[in-house]
Formats: sequence, structure tokens, C-alpha cells
Amino acid sequence: MTMTYKNILTAKEAVGAKSGKADQPEINIGVVNLHRPTVLNALNHELMEELVTALEDFDRDDSVRAIVLTGSDRAFAAGADIKEMSDETTVSIMLKDRFATWDRIKNIKKPIIAAVSGFALGGGCELMMMCDIIIASETAQFGQPEINLGVIPGAGGTQRMTRVLGKYKAMELILTGRPLTAREALEMGLVNKVAPVELYLEEAKAMAKEIAAKSPIAVKLAKEAVLKSFDGPLQEGLQFERKNFYMLFSSEDQKEGMKAFMEKRKATFTGK
Amino acid sequence: MSDEKILLTEKKNGVGIITLNRPDKLNAFSDELTFQLQDALKEMEKDKEVRAIILTAAGRGFCAGQDLQSRSIAQEMGERPSLGDSIRRRYNPIVIKLRRIEKPIIAAVNGVAAGAGASIAFACDYRIVTDKVNFIQSFTKVGLIPDSGATFILTRLVGLTKAFELMLSADKLSAEEALNLGIINKIVGEDDLMKEAVALAEKLAAGPTKAFGLTKRAVNRAVFDDLEELLEYEASLQEIAGRSDDFAEGVKAFVEKRTPQYTGK
Repeated sequence: MTMTYKNILTAKEAVGAKSGKADQPEINIGVVNLHRPTVLNALNHELMEELVTALEDFDRDDSVRAIVLTGSDRAFAAGADIKEMSDETTVSIMLKDRFATWDRIKNIKKPIIAAVSGFALGGGCELMMMCDIIIASETAQFGQPEINLGVIPGAGGTQRMTRVLGKYKAMELILTGRPLTAREALEMGLVNKVAPVELYLEEAKAMAKEIAAKSPIAVKLAKEAVLKSFDGPLQEGLQFERKNFYMLFSSEDQKEGMKAFMEKRKATFTGK
Repeated sequence: MSDEKILLTEKKNGVGIITLNRPDKLNAFSDELTFQLQDALKEMEKDKEVRAIILTAAGRGFCAGQDLQSRSIAQEMGERPSLGDSIRRRYNPIVIKLRRIEKPIIAAVNGVAAGAGASIAFACDYRIVTDKVNFIQSFTKVGLIPDSGATFILTRLVGLTKAFELMLSADKLSAEEALNLGIINKIVGEDDLMKEAVALAEKLAAGPTKAFGLTKRAVNRAVFDDLEELLEYEASLQEIAGRSDDFAEGVKAFVEKRTPQYTGK
């Protein structure tokens, strides 16, 4: 079921050396590469459809345990495709409901690691903030410049940036449209790590592979619980976490993980 | 005269040469010259054939720093220039490029390097100078602070004690003193300057320039990790100095060729 896409590239990379054991499941990470090089990966509707389709395919693919989303060294994504939007009216843009595609990214259960270099602006920054872990290159810059076009972020920027940076910094970035350097973003907790431009993608893949080796069911429930903390009151989040914790005791991976710990050996997770 | 190019660039054997070319003004930085230097550095950064860069100047001076005449004219017309903005737009981008371009940059200093002219030379990776050269941190003479990175680049080059003395005294520093302080790499005869600079640049350009570039990146991380932040801070403080009575008096006295009467205000 290899799909061909026009605006993205996809690949699977195997995790670790094959043990040769027959019962050893195939473990991969999925890599999605935004690929509209002539327009700095501007996010048009077609690209977003392809991206979400690819993410959903990886989410359904049992061999894929984590996903890396990246662009080019020059641009993760420089923003939405302005050409596509400039003539819209309130009614026409509402009817098209372009963000319905974006909203599907929230339903991806597997962790998505963004490997970001160059421009991550506007929609590019918002897409990045929908990911779960962000590895940036030293040349990355982040921002919500929509205000300069007489609009505001529309794919979650005002909400997600504010939850990460707090009211005042988010307000400054969104009202001035000024970008952050990789260093600043690191200091503010917007990205997990900054690596040289030659290495950021490898580092993101290495982290994806590290996570891919864990129990996939535990990883999914952990991601779900962390994201729960962004919605609703603490008490609800704590209850949600507790239920997920209890739920994992019906998995084989929990039995194997705890047994391996007591036997002082490395656990082999099967995802069951 | 006006169609004479104020900045020249050439490229040969992997070496890019940038020459400041306002010899009658000792290559003082006009607005236009700073922007042209920014563009030239950007070009050389992008050009894969350029693997080492020489920055030099025409005539008997390297660079006299800010062209004070253009500033005093603005002041006569009753507007106090925003020095902070000027530095942010004109000088800081040059210093950032000199440090961030991952190719060795050699300042071939052919004559006096004063004010921002000295700062720019300090920001390069190598300094080869003739025996006639003086470096002058002339800023405080007119009531300003050293800028274009000098407050921290010179301090990191020679240490706090000597750097502070040089900045406050605004004394001339001879080539020999500069060599003893470790500010420069080499003193050569006037006629040999470009020959020596080109020989060094060609040698570097034929070397493992990827490793050289990564070395510069690592050195920058160690010594200039806060480059942009400190340049920004310097620009803010220069903005304050630029609004002072002392600066107005300093420029006035300079134009009138008399000793300034400073009040500390």
C-alpha cells in the first residue's frame, strides 16, 4: 500500500539490528518529509491532506512505533499557502473548513517528533506545536507572523503557544510577529533540544528509535495522558492518568517489563 | 568621483577579497559602505568557491570607523541621530557575519583602524598588519562607548585590565604593542601585506575548510555564544551615550578642532 504523494515524502526506518528471532516483531519509525522545496514547504491544502493521510497510515501500521516529521534544512514550513487563501471571504473560508484536516492530527496516537530547521513560521510553527517532541537545528526560527498580513494564527497558535510560553511572551510574539531564534526557543521551553543543522534530523530519529523500543501500548497511553493535561481540570487529568495506569496491567508488556526489571535484564516488548 | 566604487570584491584561487575603497576618507563607514560590506559578506558566505576571505582597504588607512561628518551634519540640522538603531542596522550585522561565516576571515590591516574600524578588524579570525598600523578605540574621545562588539571582543582578546584601559584612554595602540598583547597574528612590511595575506588565505582555502568552519563554530560557541545578545546590549547603551550632552559636545569639538569640555551629562 505504498502511496505516492506530490508534496511529501514518506519512509520507514528499521529500529536496531534484527535479532533473528522469528517471534521478534518488525519495529520501525515512520518519517514524513514535507517536500515543496520551491515554496519553502508552504502548507497548502493538498499537502496537509497528504500529510494527515500519511500520519494516519503510520498510526495504523503496527510496525511503526513513532513518527518523525521534518522539512528541509532551509525550512520546516514557512507558513500556510497565502496564495491559496488571499481571495477567500468569511463564508467561503468557513465552508471550506480547511482546518478540519489539521484537526485530525490530534487523533494520532503514536508520538510525533518534529525535526525542525530553518523557518517554522505561521502554520509551520503551529504544525510543529501539534507534535509531541521538538528537535531543532541551530538555524531554526519560530514565530507567528500572521499579524503582519492583517490576520491571526488560525491553526491553534494563540492557544498552544500561550500554553507553552505563558501569556506575556505569547502575546509579544503573536502581536509583533517577531520570530524566535533556536536558542531563545530552547530557553523558553518551546523546543526540547537544539542540535547543529547537520545533525538535528539524526537526533530526532535517534529519539524516535529510543521511544520505538518501549512498549507501544504504554507509549500511547502515556502520550494520551500527557495531552489530557492540556484539557480540563487537574483532578480529571489525574483520574485519567490513573485509569491508563491501571489499564496497562492487562498488557503482556507490563508483565514482561516488570519481570525483566526484577530479573535484571532488558525487556522485550511485543506490543500486546 | 561619485561613480567610483566604495567597495571592491574579487575572487581568486578560492579566496574572496573585500576592499573598502574610500581612501580619501580613510575608508570611514558611510551608511552605504556598511550596507555594501554586509552584502559582500553575504555573497562570500554563499559562494562555495570562496573558502577563505580577506578584508582589507585601499590607501593609507584601514578604516577610520564611523564617518563622523555625516553625523555632525545630521546634528547641525537639529536631529539627534539614534545611534542604537544605526548600530543595529549597520554595524551589528557585519560583526555577526564576520563571526558566523564558517570560513576563515583575515583582516589585512593596511593602516589606522579606529573606532568601528578597529572593532571590525577584531571580529575577524586573523589580523595581519603593517608596521605603520595603529588601533584606536576612539569612541570615548567623542563621548561614546566602544561598539560593533569591541566591548566584549577586545576584552576576550586581551583580558579585562588591558581592554578597559584601551577603551577609556582611546590611546593609539601600535602594531608592535598589539602583537605583544596577542591582538594580531603578524606584522609585515607595507609592500608585503597583501602578498602575505593572500598566501595565508590560499593556504587556508586549500585546507580542510569544512573542519575549519566547524572549528570556528565551536570556538564561537565557547567564546561568543552570547554574541547577538551582547551586540544588542551594546547598541542600547550606545543609544544612551548618543543622547548625552557629552557626545554632542564631543562631535562639535571634533568638527571645530578644539578640546571638548565634558560635563559627564
